[in-house]
Amino acid sequence: MEPIIEFKDFTFKYRSQTEPTLKHINLTINKGEKILIVGPSGSGKSTLAHCINGLVPFSYSGEIDGEYYVGGKNPKDLGIFGLSKIVGTVLQDTDGQFVGLTVAEDIAFVLENDCVDLQKMKDKVAELAGKVEIKKLLTNAPGELSGGQKQRVSMAGVMIDDVDVLLFDEPLANLDPATGKTAIELIDELSKDNDRTIIIIEHRLEDALWRDVDRIIVVGDGEIIADTTPDELLCEDILEREGIREPLYITALKHAGCKVTSDTHPMHIESMDISGYSDTVNKWFKKITLPEPKEKTKKVLEIKDLDFEYNKGTPVLKDINFDIYEGEMLSIVGKNGAGKSTLSNLICGFIKPDRGQIKLYGEDISGLSVKERGERIGLVMQNPNQMISKAMIYDEVALGLTVRGVPEEEIKERVYETLKICGLYPFRNWPISALSFGQKKRVTIASILVMNPEIIILDEPTAGQDYRHYTEIMEFLKRINSERGITIAMITHDMHLMLEYTDRAVVIADGVLLADTTPADVLTDETVSAKAYLKKTSLYDLAVKSGIDEPTKFVECFIYEDRLKREEAVN
Amino acid sequence: MSSRVLSYEEKETWIHDLSGVSKLIFFLLWSITAMLSYDTRILLIMIVGSLIIYKMSKTEWRQVGTVFKFILFFLTVNLIAIFFFSPYQGTLIYGTKTVICHLFGNYDVTKEQLFYELNVMMKYLTVVPSVFMFITTTNPSEFAASLNKIGVSYKAGYALALTLRYIPDVQDDFKKIKNAQEARGIDMSGKATFRKRIKNVTAIIFPLVFSSMDRIDVIANAMELRGFGKNKKRTWYSARPLKAGDYGVIIFAVVFCTIALFITFKDGSRFYNPFN
Repeated sequence: MEPIIEFKDFTFKYRSQTEPTLKHINLTINKGEKILIVGPSGSGKSTLAHCINGLVPFSYSGEIDGEYYVGGKNPKDLGIFGLSKIVGTVLQDTDGQFVGLTVAEDIAFVLENDCVDLQKMKDKVAELAGKVEIKKLLTNAPGELSGGQKQRVSMAGVMIDDVDVLLFDEPLANLDPATGKTAIELIDELSKDNDRTIIIIEHRLEDALWRDVDRIIVVGDGEIIADTTPDELLCEDILEREGIREPLYITALKHAGCKVTSDTHPMHIESMDISGYSDTVNKWFKKITLPEPKEKTKKVLEIKDLDFEYNKGTPVLKDINFDIYEGEMLSIVGKNGAGKSTLSNLICGFIKPDRGQIKLYGEDISGLSVKERGERIGLVMQNPNQMISKAMIYDEVALGLTVRGVPEEEIKERVYETLKICGLYPFRNWPISALSFGQKKRVTIASILVMNPEIIILDEPTAGQDYRHYTEIMEFLKRINSERGITIAMITHDMHLMLEYTDRAVVIADGVLLADTTPADVLTDETVSAKAYLKKTSLYDLAVKSGIDEPTKFVECFIYEDRLKREEAVN
Repeated sequence: MSSRVLSYEEKETWIHDLSGVSKLIFFLLWSITAMLSYDTRILLIMIVGSLIIYKMSKTEWRQVGTVFKFILFFLTVNLIAIFFFSPYQGTLIYGTKTVICHLFGNYDVTKEQLFYELNVMMKYLTVVPSVFMFITTTNPSEFAASLNKIGVSYKAGYALALTLRYIPDVQDDFKKIKNAQEARGIDMSGKATFRKRIKNVTAIIFPLVFSSMDRIDVIANAMELRGFGKNKKRTWYSARPLKAGDYGVIIFAVVFCTIALFITFKDGSRFYNPFN
């Protein structure tokens, strides 16, 4: 085997930092291999990727110790442009990667920079577009594409250069589960082409393992913790220790008391041999008694016969009916562009429905202004940078009260109280710029919470967060939900969030309400989950394979047990 | 989604078919001529020409309406300001003084002044439709390619094209941020006083700038990773070779503008004087 990337006792320290981000890395990646690199945020996995594609040290400078080679050459001699001929990178933010004004131009970008002439460019673009199946979209602008399509454009754009290595930086981060699945399939197809080496950086292990990988490298705290086959890795407790979520079926097997061994090939639930575990799983399932479902409380929000369209004849939402009950945690799911955001815009009053009614505690709110609704319905946007407008934490949280002319003393009291609930009180006099992404998110939630809304709507509260931060944010939301009795609705396509933290899921697909039921129901129903661009949970497969005839109930039992375990862990 | 203001829209007209280079050359020569000339006859012909081109480009009112109203407002302010700062500019230029009526102090309304301001207005009205035509019929990346072709550095050209690429995204961001801040109680509607509104704008600008900065960082990396800036030159996927129609337009622009400027300057002044 011929190595294509080699790190030998490699250490890297960013210029702005005192401690090295990567420490004594020894790693060899061979030609034609398919490698998955996992690790929590801040582990150094992105820095490792940047070393491979040349952003380190050519864009982000720092000190390098030790040796490393890409394509047998020293990256220092190649420079970032030389490296880009060997390693093609597909960035996480496919929107940002899209530099061209149309699909064709974006694919041709590399060739343009290489001064290739027009005719040759057109031929090559057509060829690559065919390969990733986006031929029909060549003249489209980025705004007209879905996330999955954008990613295909990015792939074509880097492959046009015949690179040896394809590097995917968190390819699943911006995709809904079903699109993520096809992305992984496409990457797998590409890996079968002539000796191409594939490196995938991702923290969503289960989704990334939808197709075979040769090796998984676990990065933690700047070091390589494990470098082994998926089957081996899934049997150890490294993932749990490093804060990476293991596949749900593995967690379920562990909860049931099974000791997973590598000879059962646990890489995919579909092909795993669970014959030795099914008795234990069955026994465990029978032992669990689910608590009675909670009784429905008062209706906070009633959505009645809602219709909306931007342009005549193309309805975005049609005949939407559902209620949200007091003290509930609810998920609103569906594929991107299905109308979820339009729904929250209607509830907040940014746009007016063409038909139908929205009631808050039984009262029609069509007459209320955006500002008046804002006092009762809080909206937290996905990206905290889109909300934060003050330099200091205190001022940001106080903003909603200040503009409403609340007396100074009362503001102080309420802001301090909210900051305490949100765990931000010690930072109250800090500038916001000193906070991490997750903490900023908390500040935005605090700035909504301080107004004492009756319901909070969060748009993708956990997008782009690793397992640790995900748990942190969700546990926090759960706490304010139970302690302050505040109703929480979340727009999401995170299946884990749905399962682990919400009791009800409203599914919207193509503008209509497809289902209003428990998350377990949604994620075990193939038709519903396919239409909503979700995918069936692997727990379902585990149940079926174990010969359990009530797979939905099995999923519910798992959720129940898992929550109990989680609570134990928190307390 | 609602259509965006002043952006390129693909349509089938001969103007859309022209290369960006010829449109750019036409637009530059046309504007320079309109700027230099105060010859009312020439300006009149040019206004008519501009309107015909505007019509032919199938540009719709919804694409340019808001901007046009804004320009009209500016034009009005400009005309009033000219009158108050130099009420006898017309007399100075044309050498006669035909008073229509007396206003106050030493402000008289004169025929010469009105005629002079009419000319100023005509200049605006000549240039504006051609600007609209150019922007709405030229694919931004083709525009960048054209700039590069007439000698502008490709980095500058691409920066411009990228700006245009991101205008829709920034507009969407702006709308989102504005909505969310309004829900928090920051009033941007007509109900708030003007001073308050100005202050409240910062509540939108700050987040907009910060989220745009995140974007710029990503984009800079993406471009570098794909070899942008490697060579002194680059080719353009969207470049269009010049066709017969393009040469026709360029030749027409050169000939027309030469004649127009010749007529304008023939009698030694760039003002057409009907008062002699």
